[in-house]
Amino acid sequence: MSNNRATIVLHSGDMDKVFSAFIIGNGALAMGMDVSIYMTFFGLQRLQKGRLDKGPLSKMHFLGLGKWMIKRRMKSANVASLDRLVSDYKELGGKIIACEMTMEIMGIGKDQLREDLVDSYGAVGTYVNEARQSSMTLFI
Amino acid sequence: MSEILVDVIGETCPVPLVEMRKAVRKAQPGDQIVIRGSHPASREEIPMALEALGIALESVEGTRDDWTIRIRR
Repeated sequence: MSNNRATIVLHSGDMDKVFSAFIIGNGALAMGMDVSIYMTFFGLQRLQKGRLDKGPLSKMHFLGLGKWMIKRRMKSANVASLDRLVSDYKELGGKIIACEMTMEIMGIGKDQLREDLVDSYGAVGTYVNEARQSSMTLFI
Repeated sequence: MSEILVDVIGETCPVPLVEMRKAVRKAQPGDQIVIRGSHPASREEIPMALEALGIALESVEGTRDDWTIRIRR
């Protein structure tokens, strides 16, 4: 299975990048790969309860106006919500690893996270060890 | 052996791929899965995913934005 694994670091908490991570994650799972998403720094904030789609846009956020417009366009294009993407990701066996160091830096406790989504808590060694056995690794 | 219908008409990336994968996971050997969709890229990508999964593709019919894909589990 060493060539059939995808490992994604989600460093950004921007809404569009969180979408990218979970769309790619779902695509890789659909193609039969094992997938892990390591959520760290601002990406980890999206694991806080009720914060999944609360990130700004990475470009053209315009104090929230850009995000509002993009969300409207996504809805009319029938793009799946982040809630659905994450739920599909978990249903297909995707793993989510929360970065312990970020939790410490940002003062985020396990009780503040969506623990139902987190498979494990890890650090860089866990990521590197998995990435070295992966045929695809992305930093988002 | 039964026929499983997956209706992803109007759905966009990555939902058709994801729903195909869910159906394949749930199907029993011998079941036929019929996927109906309208997302142009998925018409090409579902066969790619099936090849990666080692699952038999029976047919791809229809146009880019109105297609039916049949799979034998």
